[in-house]
Amino acid sequence: MLDAFLTALQTVMTGTHLLYLAGGVLLGLAIGIFPGLGGIAGLSLLLPFLYGMEPTTALAMLIGLVAVIPTSDTFTSVLMGIPGSSGSQATVLDGFPMAKRGEAARALSAAFASSLFGGLFGAVVLTGFVLIARPVILAFGSAELFMLTLLGLSMVGVLGGNSLVKGLSACGVGLLLGSVGGAPATGEYRMTFGNFYLMDGIPLVVVGLGIFALPEIIDLLRQNSAISEAAELGRGWVNGIRDLIKNRWLALRCAVIGCIVGALPGLGGSVVDWIAYGHAVQTTKDKDGFGNGDVRGVIAPESSNNAKEGGALIPTLLFGIPGSGSMAVFLGGMVLIGIEPGPSMVTSNLDVTYTIVWSLAIANVVGAAACLFLSKWVAKLTTIPYALMAPFMITVICFAAYQATRDLSDLVTLLGIGVLGVLMKRFDWPRPAFLIGFVLASGMETYLYQALQFDGLGFLLKPGVLIIGAITAISIYFAARHATNSGKDDSCTETSTDSSTQAKPLRPTNLGPQKLFAGAIFLAFAYGLYDALQQSMLGGVFTGGVCGVMLILSGIVLFKLVTNQVDDAVNFDNEVAAGYQGDQSIASLLHYVYWIAGLIVSCYFVGFLISIAVFFIAFLLVKARASILRTVVLTSSAVVFMATLAHVMVLDLPSGFLQEAVQMPWPLN
Amino acid sequence: MNTMRNNKRSAGKLIKALAASAACIASLTVANPVHAVDFDGERVEWIIPFKEGGGSDTWARFFAPLISENLPGKPAIVVKNIPGGGSTKGANQFQRKAKDNGLNIIGTSGSTQFPYLLGDTRVNYDYKNWTPVLASPTGGVFYVSPELGIKSAAELASLRGKELKYASQGATSLDLVPLLAMDILDIDVQAIFGMKGRGAGRLAFERGEVNVDYQTSSAYLKKVVPLIDEGKVVPIMSWGVLDEDGNLQRDPNFPDLPHFAEVYEMIHGKKPEGTAFKVWKAFFAAGFAAQKGIFLPKGTPQDVIDAWGDAVEKTVKADDFKSRSELVLGDYPQAVKGKAVKAFKAALDISDADRQWVRDWLTSRYNVQL
Repeated sequence: MLDAFLTALQTVMTGTHLLYLAGGVLLGLAIGIFPGLGGIAGLSLLLPFLYGMEPTTALAMLIGLVAVIPTSDTFTSVLMGIPGSSGSQATVLDGFPMAKRGEAARALSAAFASSLFGGLFGAVVLTGFVLIARPVILAFGSAELFMLTLLGLSMVGVLGGNSLVKGLSACGVGLLLGSVGGAPATGEYRMTFGNFYLMDGIPLVVVGLGIFALPEIIDLLRQNSAISEAAELGRGWVNGIRDLIKNRWLALRCAVIGCIVGALPGLGGSVVDWIAYGHAVQTTKDKDGFGNGDVRGVIAPESSNNAKEGGALIPTLLFGIPGSGSMAVFLGGMVLIGIEPGPSMVTSNLDVTYTIVWSLAIANVVGAAACLFLSKWVAKLTTIPYALMAPFMITVICFAAYQATRDLSDLVTLLGIGVLGVLMKRFDWPRPAFLIGFVLASGMETYLYQALQFDGLGFLLKPGVLIIGAITAISIYFAARHATNSGKDDSCTETSTDSSTQAKPLRPTNLGPQKLFAGAIFLAFAYGLYDALQQSMLGGVFTGGVCGVMLILSGIVLFKLVTNQVDDAVNFDNEVAAGYQGDQSIASLLHYVYWIAGLIVSCYFVGFLISIAVFFIAFLLVKARASILRTVVLTSSAVVFMATLAHVMVLDLPSGFLQEAVQMPWPLN
Repeated sequence: MNTMRNNKRSAGKLIKALAASAACIASLTVANPVHAVDFDGERVEWIIPFKEGGGSDTWARFFAPLISENLPGKPAIVVKNIPGGGSTKGANQFQRKAKDNGLNIIGTSGSTQFPYLLGDTRVNYDYKNWTPVLASPTGGVFYVSPELGIKSAAELASLRGKELKYASQGATSLDLVPLLAMDILDIDVQAIFGMKGRGAGRLAFERGEVNVDYQTSSAYLKKVVPLIDEGKVVPIMSWGVLDEDGNLQRDPNFPDLPHFAEVYEMIHGKKPEGTAFKVWKAFFAAGFAAQKGIFLPKGTPQDVIDAWGDAVEKTVKADDFKSRSELVLGDYPQAVKGKAVKAFKAALDISDADRQWVRDWLTSRYNVQL
């Protein structure tokens, strides 16, 4: 082993290796900063050049690219509230409020320092873990993976907001939407209305963008200010690093979580950040700041998601089973280079494995350092008046959503989920709970079904299942204890607290809008149950069961609202709490939804490029009141940028009836 | 560097597009094309109806630069992934939008051919319209856990009545071939669906969650053969390969393993016959014997087809092709030109009665509604 270790170290430290590694890192950063593209597009861009390269240098570039994907996507998560990839969705929760408070630089530096730490620590763990990984991975069968999804679901307890029934109902909506499409056991199509798009299920990227990014954009537009409320950004970047040092044990635990969950094939990396985030909330005494810009809410997911990438290497290298989308492309690249993954990666090819692991660590250092260096300047973006930024961000979000399946339905889904997000934000239905439900739905159902088929009910007695079950129970116990504790704290400190965000919100007295929303959710569950009853037993039992439980829970919410229990935790309406209602200067809630809907409808007719051009001009002139010159410059730069990007990356932009009917010249085709 | 090249390209693109379409119209109106096919400065878009990084994507990205070298004018070949609908989405889009100028090609796999054969409602493409220029075959090996106590295919019948489990991606995926094979041998296997890929199935086998499995040739050679030496796997049979006359022969990669028709004879004591076997062979051909292929769209002029055929032929006949391709393609002869056409003709021809039979079989056995 020491031999392999030294050989690897020698390879990693050569000049050419480092040079190509850095090249991969820079390419990765440049692409990764663009939401929706992430590493997959970057790797695909790189693959044609890999062929014919010397294997180790090609490998260096590949790793450089993969390593920084979960690093650079942090920029948009923190600065704009747009989750750059599924690995940084949890970062949005606290990173973006920090940016809004004027602490973008601090949030970014904390995030990048955590990424760096997670990546490095992950590499240390992997060096030892890789030797015993094979039996460990083989020990995690469907039964254990099912229990892990339950553990993930238990995080709803701490992320569920003020009202538990509402939190659980929100999670249920996620579970329901996550089960749209083919049933894992039978392939029957559920809740698809005969629509081909829905048959493949709703893509996570689109849901993440719709549920988090769109509501924030609309909210900021209505307030019509810059993202950052403070004009000064402050010299926060030293503070961010100090934050990490102060919370080093949290970062350490989250890196371990990232490494282990990332290494388990099948669960997918998209839950890791949520588990880490939930863990941070659970193990913290004063958890009121979470969701409103607590730096620990940035440190936890960021230190786990870089460690996760290292963990995901394990099943890729040892079994040839990629743990994530970017790992799938990495695997393809390895095969093209001529490295065949398999058991030999821990025996005769152990030096290659170590080369990969340590290159990953160095790439993390280079990437995070570059981002740290940049963050000071990039953070200034948050001081630009929002009306000028908005068309760019809406374009970027639409483009990112479209990359999910490259179908115009992606945009419609984005809008639909966006409206759901806007309403959930307004009525304080916890969106993290919704997303956890969505992410876990298919894995939960699949693994439960498989575990039952493999072992029958006996799977509940497997040692791994019992251990994870015990951890879940402890996690729920702590969540419950914290909930009661903080409830007590609330009652005695409520009057003394000076935190503006935590002050007792204004309770609306007109519950009409809330009743309508809760009623619609109730009906959705009723439909889910009806749909489940149309399927065969195996195809419908999961959704039917979920809907049955959720009908009761959402029924309780609805009952409390219908009976006008004004003082119950269920009652919340942001229009009232934020004082929007009755304020003539604030546009109506749906005003900007119509703008975005207009853009999407226009895509169906004239395609993306023409639509965004028109959207830019109209928006800048009407909403931002920009000068003609400025409008023209901004519009044309956006259009040229999108067209160039699409061409270089070999990506389609949405095309409409116009393009179907008439042969258009590039780039309008 | 990329942007620079791109700027240059995009500037000349409009003129080139106009010129190309003019040339196209010219070649259609004047029956005799004036000049030879030349793709100089063009960009070929190769649609792969699967995600980045999968088997078909790797296959295409392996071939792309090699074929590019051999096409007249050496155009850049870029792979464009359009996943969705079990690969029907990309194929539908190709059927609807592809231009017949030799710059649009598609690479399909068994997962694209199966829904076509099954008459899936999502299929709006017709292979009969397209011209194949390459057919890449593969094979498959069926193996069992040593705990079942059998040593070879001859003892397969003793598995009847035992609890056999198989981890599957779905009854209409390539798994149709092993599932139907076991059914034909009258061996009852419980299929557990929802696996994310063959790799996940293999992992379930290694964990002992299931006790029978199959892998395609390259995965079998690299990842299962080492397990034989550890005593964790007992190989039973290969699916075989099709000879020139369409008969099953032993797979040259696995000369010691009997092929499926031999095993049929061992079990049933007679030569294979009947609808079930005929259907199995059709799906075997579409899923393995001609698993992946490159196609040109409807109406492509013969000279363009010939240019592509020549380029692909030159590619696979190159001296170092065999050594370079082994990891990606396994040791199987790549069929080009006429042979590719013949291979896909055999793979994609199914009678209406046989199609109905397999649809009924899927419905009664696995509750599949197509």
